[in-house]
Amino acid sequence: MTRNAVSVEGPVDPQLDYADYRATSLRAPSRPLVVLHPFRDLESPVYGHEDVGELDNDLTRQHAGEPLGERITVAGRVVEEDGRPVRNALVEIWQANAGGRYAHDLDRHPAPLDPNFGGAGRTLTGDDGRYEFVTIKPGAYPWKNHPNAWRPAHIHLSLFGRAFSSRLVTQMYFPGDPLFPHDPIFQSVRDPRARERLIAQLDLDLTQPEWALGYRFDIVLRSTPFE
Amino acid sequence: MTVGRTPSQTVGPFFTLGLCRTPQNEVVPGGTLRVVGRVLDGAGLPVEDAVVELWQPGRAGTGWGRCGTDAEGRFEFRTEKPPAEGDAAPSIDVIVFARGLLRHLVTRMYFPDEADSNAVDPVLASLDSAERETLVARLEDGVLRFDLRLQGERQTVFFAV
Repeated sequence: MTRNAVSVEGPVDPQLDYADYRATSLRAPSRPLVVLHPFRDLESPVYGHEDVGELDNDLTRQHAGEPLGERITVAGRVVEEDGRPVRNALVEIWQANAGGRYAHDLDRHPAPLDPNFGGAGRTLTGDDGRYEFVTIKPGAYPWKNHPNAWRPAHIHLSLFGRAFSSRLVTQMYFPGDPLFPHDPIFQSVRDPRARERLIAQLDLDLTQPEWALGYRFDIVLRSTPFE
Repeated sequence: MTVGRTPSQTVGPFFTLGLCRTPQNEVVPGGTLRVVGRVLDGAGLPVEDAVVELWQPGRAGTGWGRCGTDAEGRFEFRTEKPPAEGDAAPSIDVIVFARGLLRHLVTRMYFPDEADSNAVDPVLASLDSAERETLVARLEDGVLRFDLRLQGERQTVFFAV
């Protein structure tokens, strides 16, 4: 049994201690992570269609009327690093409305709430790893990290892959956002190729004419030994 | 041929919209064991926007639950003690997401009434006694308390997996 205190901060995930994102200063562990050995990689809990409602993946149809903003489709595949699709993966999303305001008590940004937009959705991937959401494009919003700090438009995602080790919480961004160079959360991913994988791509094949632009966002989870 | 992983990003302050719509803190249905704790930052202040997940082995597959912290940094679960596995002491895998954490933290909770198996557990054995102490829950009035200190002198041991 060896005890290794190592830095596992590779080029993909952000390092925990990232000073430009101020909230890390009292929350990032000060001691190095310890390699967990032996490691039992528990299989993810099993989700079924009873856990997900019919309209849960359409954030534009969860209220009496339609939300304001630019209607979009966000779709893609969930795969592991070897390309194997992950089926029945639970994908949960949450986001601000078109004005950049979350339907959350603690969001103090003085932009209007939209009574027709709750900003939360979930779905399960199909056998080919595919998922799809219909939503509206979220707005950029200010935050207090530094003077005149603004977050680029983004959608939060939570994913359960096959196992504990493939658990992922991330954020999806929109192509060409001029706020990218100024956002420490986006920039906390230091490898530009890895950072690029946080940006959805406009996809005309996903775009429904006269209805909604389509954005493709494929998600790659850590490989696991599980089927 | 492999493709690059999607990087992690922080869960942010507003995750309750997507992740806490219904209570999901019953790790084992009907479990009678209460596990409570607080998430504390490097100044010892409560982390009021963290979400804690418990994962544990079980006969009917993995037991799982999650709980967002309240204004005092508190979380609470209902579960049962999982079985021991080989020479490993019973334990529950714990994930912490929070605003200010650019990727999630992983730790483990061990049981205070398992002194003999804790003494030979290979993961605990690799730690010094102060570190080990951060991973063993304390029994308080029939409730297991497992506080998570993100930083500082008494920081909880977090693992790379």
